[in-house]
Amino acid sequence: MHSADRLARLFLLPLFLFVAAFFLLPMVRLIGVAGSGPNGMAEYFAILTNPRHFATLVATLTLSAAVTAATLAIGTVVALFLARNRFFGRPLLVSLLTLPLAFPGVVVGFMVILLAGRQGLLSSLSMGLGMGRWVFAYSMAGLFAGYVYFSLPRVLVTLMAAVEKLDPALEEAARSLGASPAQVLRDVTLPGIAPALMASGAIAFATAMGAFGTAFTLATRIDVLAMTIYTEFTLNANFATAAALSIALGLITWVVLALARNLAGAGVAAAG
Amino acid sequence: MTASMKPHRLTFAFQLTVTLLACAFLMVPAGASILAGFTANYFRGVSSGLTLKWIGEVLALYSDTIALSIAIALGTLGVTLLIGVPAAWALARRPSRLTRLVEEVVTLPVAIPGLALALALILAYGGIREFRMSPLFILTGHVLYTLPFMLRAVMAVLAAVDVRTLEEGAASLGASPLQRFFQVVVPNARGGILAGALMVVTLSIGEFNLTWMLHTPLTKTLPVGLADSYASMRLEIASAYTLVFFVMIVPLLVALQLFGRTVQGAAK
Repeated sequence: MHSADRLARLFLLPLFLFVAAFFLLPMVRLIGVAGSGPNGMAEYFAILTNPRHFATLVATLTLSAAVTAATLAIGTVVALFLARNRFFGRPLLVSLLTLPLAFPGVVVGFMVILLAGRQGLLSSLSMGLGMGRWVFAYSMAGLFAGYVYFSLPRVLVTLMAAVEKLDPALEEAARSLGASPAQVLRDVTLPGIAPALMASGAIAFATAMGAFGTAFTLATRIDVLAMTIYTEFTLNANFATAAALSIALGLITWVVLALARNLAGAGVAAAG
Repeated sequence: MTASMKPHRLTFAFQLTVTLLACAFLMVPAGASILAGFTANYFRGVSSGLTLKWIGEVLALYSDTIALSIAIALGTLGVTLLIGVPAAWALARRPSRLTRLVEEVVTLPVAIPGLALALALILAYGGIREFRMSPLFILTGHVLYTLPFMLRAVMAVLAAVDVRTLEEGAASLGASPLQRFFQVVVPNARGGILAGALMVVTLSIGEFNLTWMLHTPLTKTLPVGLADSYASMRLEIASAYTLVFFVMIVPLLVALQLFGRTVQGAAK
């Protein structure tokens, strides 16, 4: 098998070269630039020490946590409904719910504008009902709606697969032993899909932390990390701060995803 | 079905309501967008008449962004196939701690926001003017972001079909490693290659987070043009442009879903 080993090494070479040149080297450069601004190495901690950046970090974390909670809650209800019921039009409903999977953040931003913008559907609906004008697209609430829109189809796909793998006999047994529907949900169903909840929740959280397209479409005034990085880099030409904030953001999303994968993986192994 | 297995009626009503509301939340704005693209004046409503004028204007204004997006998606596909398929086999044939580490590093770009990747690319290569101004700069970013998807899709299939045994069979018949790669590995991995390819093209056509930072006024892709139109064009043109994007992306997504189902079905 020696010649096959040699071929394998040859086949890995382009991958190594590409990743080294266009990922590792730029990352090293990013770290270098972040530490070479007027504040020196202190810039690495700007996200914690600069009050404005720290406030943005807290706002972004809060928004992402809220998006994750809302998406998982809606996703669990819908996944349970679709997995447990067979009815006419179900495949169509599943297709419609997962269709927005391919919509990029910019397009999702436009969807929020059509829903809650100045010429939006909610605006004309609330005017028609004489309840004033509902316009919230260009604020944190609009961003919240956008990220739920973005993540819901992804979360649904994962949760539906997890619910279908659950053994209905377990819930049946709990019920026949006298457990209430709420107890069955809490003690049987949710623990059963916990790895899927963790994995898809982490992806929703990381997306809300780092996505840029939706915020960019809705308004440049919303103070979330991605917008701050963009403004510092393009408008203020403050490369050190932009680089330092990017590193902090990348670390957060990477750690969240890695943690969820390890926890969910351990859960899957324990269940198996 | 026994009586106790029937879902609680209140639970059923609640779940149905949430499901329909979620579907409306996702589909009503998309429907409004499609309608607005065909409406003469969205503010006055459909009664103002239906028209293809806006689609025509979009094609006149933005056809270069559509062409560039298709070209970059196909280029990205070519590079990810060339780098990704051989590397996936090399990584999958003998899983070890080292190959897992390589996989980890290579898939890292998926876990890092596109904005940070783009910034790093600009800081490292922005000074090389010819590269910075060329569509190749965007293509590089797209390959960086989509390569992990190709690798994973192909590696998953290779792990499932036990290519190792097939290869050993071919080797005992005297096939060289390169012959075995093309005549045994690639044909057996074609399901994963096709799934990976659809994924790469879909992601590349819709990519914005990296592309907005990497583009120049002369290298605008479709999503970059979309962002432009959302900011500066009337709602009807923005909607018609979004419609053009839907027409490009939805068939890819449907293919991906249908295909994913058959691959899963075959694995069972």
